[in-house]
Amino acid sequence: MKLRDYIIRRLILLIPILLGVTLLTFTVSHIIPADVARVFAGGEKANPETIARIRAEMHLDDPLYKQYYYYLNDLIHGNLGKSYSENRPVVDAIKQYFPATAELTVLAMLLAIPIGIITGIISAVRRNQWIDHVTRLIAITGVSIPIFWLALMLQIAFAYKYPILPLDSRLGIDVMAPKHITGLYIFDSLVTGNFAALKSSIYHLILPAFTLGYASLGIILRITRSSMLEIVRSDYIRTARAKGLKERTVIYKHALRNALIPTLTVSGLIFAGLLGGAVLTETIFNWPGMGRFAVNAVNNLDFSSVMGFTVIMAIIMVTANLIVDILYSVLDPRIRLGE
Amino acid sequence: MGFIDEWKKRNESRIKETKFTLSLFRHSLLSMIGLGLIIFIILVALFAPYLAKEHPTYVRLLNPEGKYVTEERWDIHFGDKLLPPSREHYFGTDDYGHDIFSMIVYGARLSIKIGLLVVISATIIGVILGAIAGYFGGYLDEFIMRITDIFLSIPGLILAMAFAAALGRSIEHVMYALIIVWWPTYTRLIRGQILKTREETYVEAARSLGTPDSKIIFKHILPNTFAPVFVQMTMDLGNVVLNAAGLSFIGLGANPGTAEWGLMISMGRVYIFQAWWYVFFPGLAIVLFVLGFNLLGDGLRDVLDPKLRR
Repeated sequence: MKLRDYIIRRLILLIPILLGVTLLTFTVSHIIPADVARVFAGGEKANPETIARIRAEMHLDDPLYKQYYYYLNDLIHGNLGKSYSENRPVVDAIKQYFPATAELTVLAMLLAIPIGIITGIISAVRRNQWIDHVTRLIAITGVSIPIFWLALMLQIAFAYKYPILPLDSRLGIDVMAPKHITGLYIFDSLVTGNFAALKSSIYHLILPAFTLGYASLGIILRITRSSMLEIVRSDYIRTARAKGLKERTVIYKHALRNALIPTLTVSGLIFAGLLGGAVLTETIFNWPGMGRFAVNAVNNLDFSSVMGFTVIMAIIMVTANLIVDILYSVLDPRIRLGE
Repeated sequence: MGFIDEWKKRNESRIKETKFTLSLFRHSLLSMIGLGLIIFIILVALFAPYLAKEHPTYVRLLNPEGKYVTEERWDIHFGDKLLPPSREHYFGTDDYGHDIFSMIVYGARLSIKIGLLVVISATIIGVILGAIAGYFGGYLDEFIMRITDIFLSIPGLILAMAFAAALGRSIEHVMYALIIVWWPTYTRLIRGQILKTREETYVEAARSLGTPDSKIIFKHILPNTFAPVFVQMTMDLGNVVLNAAGLSFIGLGANPGTAEWGLMISMGRVYIFQAWWYVFFPGLAIVLFVLGFNLLGDGLRDVLDPKLRR
């Protein structure tokens, strides 16, 4: 099968999945016991007319199938509904918050992927030696630590006890934000030559990026180690060794390429997951990204925002899956597309 | 006597294999640390009333949905609020004057309960759906797997967050939300294992003897898929507790005043620069709990996986 045909087929297969996701989110938003219209109208003392207007606006009095139809219709036209907690379209909110999350995620992954791969290889090559135990312990701690707790501990240590880094948010209050080009502060401030903002935004990124990166590093290290261990036992590696190749060549030229395939998958999916908002990390570092937006929406019973966010998240995830699968076939020619 | 000897003789290879597995396990330092941590936590949970200095009272309340629920309440002593760790209060006190050590000890019970309930429920659903999908195949398989695709295309914490928020704040709802998040993983895992085992000669033999499907599934196939599922369950016991704590932290889990580790961190967050002990110790409890199960799960996988063991 040609690559182009494969991509088209996969895209068609995405339709039922995304439909399912919308049905799921729609169901979730309709099991809320609270009277949402009343909440948005201002609670107990709300004006009945306002409530009626909001109910009509949200189609709450129509039968469920009709409501679902309206919802889908809006969705197809790129309308994710109105965020009642922010009083603007959900799409606008997401557009504003996405770059902050993207900047944080990219930096976290730039930390996690190379370190994770290198330590994973070392751990596998020196299996059951002390360095393997140490790196494994670091990796397992990374996936065992509550990320919000790690974030708080880092804040205590580096923003309070030894105040060398800022506590939270994206920029110092005394710094002007760079002119909006992409919304990525590092990029924007570099392009516009705003070095005060550049310095401040890098400082603000360190703690949250480290927090996110540490958790991801553990996962990447573990998967690299176990796939490496499996590969070095395979026949072609034995052959390579029997030919008298140097151990270094065997590991880095022959084993690594194949061992990295599972690492690639996992990294892609972690990246996509974080792109949708590192919910807990952003909440603690008061990072104006997708995750904090979602948590605020949840706390305000703003379900159109929660659902909009979930749908976007699902789109990011399935796209990432597709990209990973395509890369897979490039890296490993034995994997034939579409089988 | 003769009976035991005969049994030993008949199962000689199996006993040898088990002994080998056990010795491998005993020689893995990290697995033993994991096992030690888990035993320690179970003991703490069992003996909580003897270890704790303060005890919760349980009250029956009518919740907004008109159902009676039992809630845990700790007496308030404002005079003792936010005391640092001391001989009196090993881990200090919180903003209501509760002894944090006692709350952590009782919190172990809740965490074990959450972990077990979610993991076992998810496994049961996974075994049933996975067995149906894997064994019968066809449209049924396609249908079940597409549903798991839908659930797996949304990151777990976000899906759980959406469900828990819709259901309303309570620890039961967090458990339901986590079951909803976790069942697809088990369904996929078990289906994959069954697809692998289904083609084995011994299953074919059983089928050709006319053994009913249910018996083939439960007696011949499922027991052989046990190892990876067990490893997954061990690790998930920790992961579930980690996620439950995260949900409690953003205000979706237990009600204030419950001894739940994630909630305690969330309540203590306001005081992090005044009272570090308030967030530090509950977090440490979560780390040790999750670390224990992860270490054990990792060790078990190394030992049980025939590809990695020798």
